Amino acid sequence: MINKVINFVEDTVSDVQDGAVILASGFGNAGATNCLLEALMETNAKYLTVVANNAGESDYGLAALIGSGKVSKVICSYPISSGSTIFQKLYNTKEIDLELVPQGTLSERLRAAGAGIGGFYTRTSVGSLLATEKEKRKFNNIEYVLEYGLKGDFALIRGKTADRWGNIIYDKSARNFGPIMAAAATTTIAQVEQIVKLGEIDPELIVTPGIYVDKVYLKK
Amino acid sequence: MNSQKKQMGLNRRQVAWRIAQEISEGSYVNLGIGSPELVANYIPEDREIIFHSENGILGMGPAPRPGEENGNLINAGKKPVTLLEGGSYFHHTDSFAMIRGGHIDICVLGAYQVAQNGDLANWATLDTSKPPGVGGAMDLSVGAKKIFVMMDHLTKDNEPKLMKTCSYPETGFGVVKTVFTDLAVIDILDSKFIVREMVETLSFTQLQSKTGAPLTLSDNFKTLTPPNLD
Repeated sequence: MINKVINFVEDTVSDVQDGAVILASGFGNAGATNCLLEALMETNAKYLTVVANNAGESDYGLAALIGSGKVSKVICSYPISSGSTIFQKLYNTKEIDLELVPQGTLSERLRAAGAGIGGFYTRTSVGSLLATEKEKRKFNNIEYVLEYGLKGDFALIRGKTADRWGNIIYDKSARNFGPIMAAAATTTIAQVEQIVKLGEIDPELIVTPGIYVDKVYLKK
Repeated sequence: MNSQKKQMGLNRRQVAWRIAQEISEGSYVNLGIGSPELVANYIPEDREIIFHSENGILGMGPAPRPGEENGNLINAGKKPVTLLEGGSYFHHTDSFAMIRGGHIDICVLGAYQVAQNGDLANWATLDTSKPPGVGGAMDLSVGAKKIFVMMDHLTKDNEPKLMKTCSYPETGFGVVKTVFTDLAVIDILDSKFIVREMVETLSFTQLQSKTGAPLTLSDNFKTLTPPNLD
């Protein structure tokens, strides 16, 4: 019987290795997996790369993980949210690297990786400081830049409801990066509020089919 | 804005009101973080507009009543919002497909500078003491069908923000259609600033002296007269 439900939070991230690329869902705090990120802090894994929209706020969740010194690089679109002080301090003292990616490009790079697409061309960032090193190509006389797929070793996502097959539905705008990160990582761990029996989620409404999900953790 | 400027020009709510008048029935509209969020408050009641939020919402409604906030329902500025009947949620890649794919009719953005050819600078200053952040600004600037800019006419130090060329790093090139400032409504046409409306407390010569590139008076020029919105 397939059962992706994991009972103890420390078992969700125990196989994360040094240097792993972690895809962390969330737009600010909506959709962030604070309990999984904090479980990751308790492991021995270090030199992590974190891919997320932001770089954490206050001193919990992603900000706490970054503050623990386990993260050597952040790939994100907006690390300057109010309260994002831990990242800013480490950035200013050059203790952490930043790869700044426009938000839509970030999500499309993740989508590409999850869909087996090596790269794609976008008009976003053409001519700007973020495109100085990028390969350019014209389509119909409009300039585009080449962007590469962005794959993760682990995705940490937050859903509302799951079943033992790992089918997931989300809550409101907390969906954000969850579905795309789930597909873009080798191992996907979902933190959910509720686990229901197979068949109880309307198949027409399942947003992330269980094929993309490896572990489900019920955050009570 | 200092008191002198307030007297001379529009306050932020009045600029938001002016932009709202420009948005036609049935438009899909994205409002940038900060002052542009005010535009939603001044849409005429007989007009149905659908607001898009980059974090995966169509049909975004106003702020909830105190006590009814939901941390999973926020706007691009991470403030609590509501969902109107008919609204929908979707993931980030769908949201940016709407943006980049040309499905958003109007995007209202704040800016540090706008150049006369429509170049937009709104993501980075020359200050290197803080990390840079871009968010969705570059995607929005190339993707939305029309870019409106909402900004003060001058910086806090009274430097022009409407320029021949931007001195700050650009977000998008040749993308801005209309700039709404506290002093004027200025269209960008064939790499020229065309003044469509301006406040009556200023002469055209005075407006020109506050602008870093040549202004042209529109053939359809009107006085900018907003309602009192304190």
